Amino acid sequence: MAVALRERRSGLRPNDFGDSPLPTWIGRVPGVEAVALPDHLANWDCRNNRLAWLALTSDGFLETAAAARARYGADRIALVMGTSTSSIGATEEAYRRLLPDGQYPADLRRPIVHTPHSLGDFVRAALGLEGVAVTVATACSSSAKIFAQAERLMRLGLADAAVVGGVDSLCGSVLFGFNSLELVSPEPCRPFDRARRGISLGEAGGFALLERDGEGGPWLLGYGESSDAHHMSSPHPEGFGARLAIQGALTRSGLTPDAIDYINLHGTASQKNDEVEARLVADMFPTRTLASSTKGWTGHTLGAAGIVEAVIAILAMDTGLVPGTLNAQELDPACGPQIRIGNESADVRFALSNSFGFGGSNCSLLFGKARHE
Amino acid sequence: MSTLTAYVNGVSFWAPRLPGWQIAAPVLRGEAAAPLQPAPRPSPTLLGPTERRRAPDTVAIALEVAGRACESAGADPKELPSVFASTHGDLAISDYMSETLARTPTLISPIRFHNSVHNAAAGYWTIGTGCYEPYTALTAHDDTFGEGLLEALTQAACGDRAVLLAAYDIEARGPLATIVSSHGIVGAGLVVSPHTQASSVARIRWRTRRGGDRTVALECNAELVAGNAMAACLPFFEALARAERRTVCVGLSPTLSLELAIDFPDVEHPDEG
Repeated sequence: MAVALRERRSGLRPNDFGDSPLPTWIGRVPGVEAVALPDHLANWDCRNNRLAWLALTSDGFLETAAAARARYGADRIALVMGTSTSSIGATEEAYRRLLPDGQYPADLRRPIVHTPHSLGDFVRAALGLEGVAVTVATACSSSAKIFAQAERLMRLGLADAAVVGGVDSLCGSVLFGFNSLELVSPEPCRPFDRARRGISLGEAGGFALLERDGEGGPWLLGYGESSDAHHMSSPHPEGFGARLAIQGALTRSGLTPDAIDYINLHGTASQKNDEVEARLVADMFPTRTLASSTKGWTGHTLGAAGIVEAVIAILAMDTGLVPGTLNAQELDPACGPQIRIGNESADVRFALSNSFGFGGSNCSLLFGKARHE
Repeated sequence: MSTLTAYVNGVSFWAPRLPGWQIAAPVLRGEAAAPLQPAPRPSPTLLGPTERRRAPDTVAIALEVAGRACESAGADPKELPSVFASTHGDLAISDYMSETLARTPTLISPIRFHNSVHNAAAGYWTIGTGCYEPYTALTAHDDTFGEGLLEALTQAACGDRAVLLAAYDIEARGPLATIVSSHGIVGAGLVVSPHTQASSVARIRWRTRRGGDRTVALECNAELVAGNAMAACLPFFEALARAERRTVCVGLSPTLSLELAIDFPDVEHPDEG
């Protein structure tokens, strides 16, 4: 991911998902179809859990989780997953392949992949964890809110560590659903561009191990959660709920806006989200803060966006590479000087990541290279 | 781990033959018979007349139990963070989406699409009450009630404030019903807080416990919610209704449970406060 960000190489491609693809671009993960789950996990087989497995077996995460299990005990590690549609793609497939008598085809008669906890149950089994195991589904804020939930569980001593993760995969529901709301772009998404034409949908999986008492950073320093109380599929026009979430993250961390070096924005490239979010950033942060949307690389990965963008914010702290806004050519006039098109180099000590979702659910996460005293 | 204390300051319940806590509590105590005729689904008064008619079953039941729990706690809904827990979400909309996608995908209804998200009921609740406090929406399959209650208790303890829980599941429809089993509509609501107040129904001292222990409800009560995916909430509400000091275990995962030692200090010793 770090290389793709540096080389400004997008994962978006013309939509080739399903039998009658809409004219749009998607962030499809290559090779998901070819992933084979181990035999003992075959009961959970579906696109979403294959994508989860691909992520679990990347960057040594299985080994990291196994070492944590040995260190803390399987029942002392909480599992908090986030997803929007989980494995609804398996249910869609069953309906496409119904037998003449209305029954599911034999290979899809597995109840666990037709319910939203499919993801959490799969990862619990895959990692051999025996503690709290829950799936959060608050649309596009899901895998940001899991950091907050995990922190609370550790704070009360209900767990010593937590595996958090977000996985969402392409499916008919989201492609045709967002299309019905006229939010899907016919071209690769251009976040914050004055001529943006909507979102590009993507899929992704990401995991992180959170420890209450770790040896080194990065650290989760704060989070803020709020509701818009405005509309099911449209943000609050003044970004009231989003502002509360950002302020909440700042307050919890004891930091002020001028400490924030980088903000990974929600920046979906929808007309309304980007306008509201751009005004909010211009109003709340000093000109030195860098901000960008990375959805030109990944597309909008919905319930996985929170953790994908948390990882990007942490990469910026690790590498000093601050990604710009891929595909944007001319910024919307609502944008302040914070929002950048090109990549930059900077010492990022404190980074914020925004996730705002359907149903007016907002979450901002604040990470630090070092613990802020 | 240590044991934490919380108070149940508001309670609500709804099932077709137990429509409301006032009816359910005496039935669960064995003092009254359940009505024979199932009640029609609750009507969410928080929504305008058109939206009320169109509201999916998940939204109708969630708004009903959330509203009644706040009423019973004397709490302003605007001031409470909330936890919405549902095993399967809106099974009727999942059936509609899957069926439409199989036949005429470009004709998906935009309203049904945004109602298909697991947090739809929570969204309508915060919009209807004008609440800027955060909500979450979660699932844990058979252990959804336990995980929902744990998250509400955890938020209450961490934030030192009252938190609303709304737990609910509805009936499966269409081909999905051949694989995912859930019958009828069941909803349950609680307002939990670290602080007692005049409306407090019970005190709970809680902790997590290794093993898959789960308290079972009395058979005569269990059959009133049998087959619904949220039936696992019943033992806790049975204990509240019976107002007897007892310990209830609800599942958190196949290998962990939430142990709730329930007592009624005000009921048993009215002078202690």
